[in-house]
Parts: sequence; structure tokens; C-alpha cells
Amino acid sequence: MHEWALAEAVIATVIEESRKEGLEEITKIKIKIGELQQIETEIFEFALNELTKAQGTSLLTKMKVEMDTERAIFRCRVCGNEWGFDDAGLSEDENEAIHFAPEVAHAYIRCPSCKSPDFEVLQGRGVSIESIKGRG
Amino acid sequence: MDPRLKIIDKRLAGIKRIIAVSGGKGGIGKSLTASVLALTLSRLGHRVGLLDLDLSAPSLHVILGIEGIYPKEEKGIIPPEVHGVEFMSIVYFTGDKPSPLRGIDISNAMLELLAVTRWSSLDFLVVDTPPGIGDATMDVIRWMKRAEFLVMTTSSKVALETVKKVIKMLTELNVPIIGVIENMKMGDSEVVKEALKEVPILGEIDFDDKIEDLIGDVNKLLESDFAASVKEIALKI
Ligand SMILES: Nc1ncnc2c1ncn2[C@@H]1O[C@H](COP(=O)(O)OP(=O)(O)OP(=O)(O)O)[C@@H](O)[C@H]1O
Ligand SMILES: [Mg+2]
Ligand SMILES: [Zn+2]
Repeated sequence: MHEWALAEAVIATVIEESRKEGLEEITKIKIKIGELQQIETEIFEFALNELTKAQGTSLLTKMKVEMDTERAIFRCRVCGNEWGFDDAGLSEDENEAIHFAPEVAHAYIRCPSCKSPDFEVLQGRGVSIESIKGRG
Repeated sequence: MDPRLKIIDKRLAGIKRIIAVSGGKGGIGKSLTASVLALTLSRLGHRVGLLDLDLSAPSLHVILGIEGIYPKEEKGIIPPEVHGVEFMSIVYFTGDKPSPLRGIDISNAMLELLAVTRWSSLDFLVVDTPPGIGDATMDVIRWMKRAEFLVMTTSSKVALETVKKVIKMLTELNVPIIGVIENMKMGDSEVVKEALKEVPILGEIDFDDKIEDLIGDVNKLLESDFAASVKEIALKI
């Protein structure tokens, strides 16, 4: 997923939640990011920073972001084999395509054992905000 | 909490109307109609986007004759303008590779596309969907909450039987239906009108035996009889 899009999404979500909860200041959020999203942490943090500044409110100025990347694990639906993202040996272009639209992994990754494209992503995709802490 | 869900509404906020082209069966002209409709609305002076949500079998790029075009990356993805229409498709990322997506993958891919695509302010976003009441259609209803449906059918008994179910479901879910388009019409049969009494018939498109040769050539496509019928429909939307 694109870092800026993710940062924008996180901020929009945090702001809405803080309104619901009546928070004046967000102190910490925890985000879990799937490895398949191919997010570059530095770019994401930079984007988050820029967008926070652009908000022009004190709501987010003290916000600490804790990020946890969940390793991707694929499982072949045909032979049951399990493997990880690094085992896929993708080219730079393929990685970039996956970065923009993670599900296109199905176009580029095959089961290392039986070559099937019919695999499931057991873990390590998507993004979620695990917790939001703040003061009311 | 999935933050991508929050951003979708924001991404679609600058779009006045979202038109989903849907239908019961495959091969009844949804994609061709969606493409020609988007081009026609654009020629009529509207700002238009076109989104291919047939993620396993995207085909709008073929109809539009697009090759070697790639979206710009700028705080997300800016859909390139093609023949005056902002066009987004998963094909930018899959190329000619097959990408076998199952249900949950389709939902995830769609969520990503919707979250990452930065449309400019548009009068219309035309959305092409795969046949029937599958993942993409259900996700359009779930995530593109303002979508209005254009429902396509032919006069074939098989298509009619299925499209009735699509209409029933949309009605049950209170999803606005702009109307039905009967495509590939041959003769003056009234079966579609008789079968689908509860929804307005918006227009009819005759079977056009020259259309296949014009696929991929937008200018010629817009001069076709097919396009003339679509224009009449566009003016009613
Ligand atoms: N009115 C028409 N006259 C003649 N051919 C048509 C007409 N409408 C569509 N076609 C042709 O029928 C074929 C299927 O059209 P199209 O791909 O638009 O259908 P679809 O409903 O999107 O199919 P799918 O459900 O597989 O996505 C195409 O080759 C198209 O050129
Ligand atoms: Mg189609
Ligand atoms: Zn296998």
C-alpha cells in the first residue's frame, strides 16, 4: 500500500475515533502492518509527520506511533506448503506492483513446491489500528 | 480497526455520482457499455472517471485501446487520463499476467484500490463490475455507498432470470436503480419490458454487428450505432 495513502487513512481514523471518545490529545497509537503491504517505515513516518503538521490542531502533536510488521505467510491451497515473502524471490517491478496493490501477489507468486497460484495469505496482509490512547 | 475503510469515503467525496454498471450474466455488454458511457459523458462536458472492478478479468483497457500507460504516484495513485476520462484498473499492476483471486482477495484488492486512488473532483464515476451478485458487487454496495445501479440484460431467458434476482437484491437493500438497459436487441420483442415491470427501462441498444471491429479504437467506437444508443441513455441519467 502506498505510504501516504496509509498515513492519510490512519490520521482520518484516529481523528474520528478521538471525536467519538471525546479525546483532546492522542498520546499513542499502535498499528499492525502486514508485510505484504510493502510499507517503507521511514516514508510512512515522514508522511504521518507531514500530515499531522498539516492538521494544525494540538490533537496529534504528541502522538507516538508504534508499528509492528506482521510477517507474511502463504499457504498453498493445492499441496498445503507454507512459505514467506522472501522465499518468493520477486523482481523490483513485481515488488512495486505488490506495493501498490498487495493482492496482485497472486499474479507474481507461485507455490515454491507445486507452482500453483492458488494460495491463501495466512497472515501478513492488510493494516489495522490496534489501539489508540489519549487524554480526554 | 482497518484505517483503509475510513479513507474510502474521503477518496470518493469529490465525486457527484457513482454509476455502477451491473447485470446478471456475463458477456451481455456491461464493460462495453460502461466504457462508452464514460466516454460519452465526458464528451458531453462532464468530468468523468472510469473504474474497472472486474479484478480477475479486467477488460476496459482493451476497449479503450490502452497500452503502456501507468498511473502517477503522488501521495497515493493518480489515475491517468485516457481519452478525457480518468481511468483506474488493476491491470496497471498485473499487466498480462493472470491473477487468480478468490473472494477475500477480491475484497482486499478492491479495498486497496479504493483507498489508494485519488480521483479529482468528478461529475460521474462509472464503475464496471463482473456479472451477478458476487464479491465486487457486494463490495460496491458496502463501500461505495452512494452508488446507483444501471442494470443490463439481454432478452435471453437465461439473462432475464438472473437479472431479476439482481434487481430483487438491490431493491431489498434499498440501493438506487437508475434503470435497465436492454442490450443486443434484435427485433421488437417486448419480453424485457414484460419481465421487468418494477424498474424503468432506460434504453435499448441494438445488436451491432460492426462493433467488434471498433474495440480499441475510441474515436470510431463513439461514431457507432452502439454509441448513439448509449448517448440517448446518457442524456437520461
Ligand atoms: N450491442 C452489441 N452488439 C454486438 N456486440 C456487442 C454488443 N454489446 C456488446 N457486444 C460484444 O459482446 C462481447 C461482450 O461484451 P462485454 O465484454 O462488454 O460484456 P460483459 O457483460 O462486460 O461481459 P463479462 O460479464 O464477461 O464482463 C464483446 O465482444 C462486445 O463487443
Ligand atoms: Mg465485463
Ligand atoms: Zn503447492
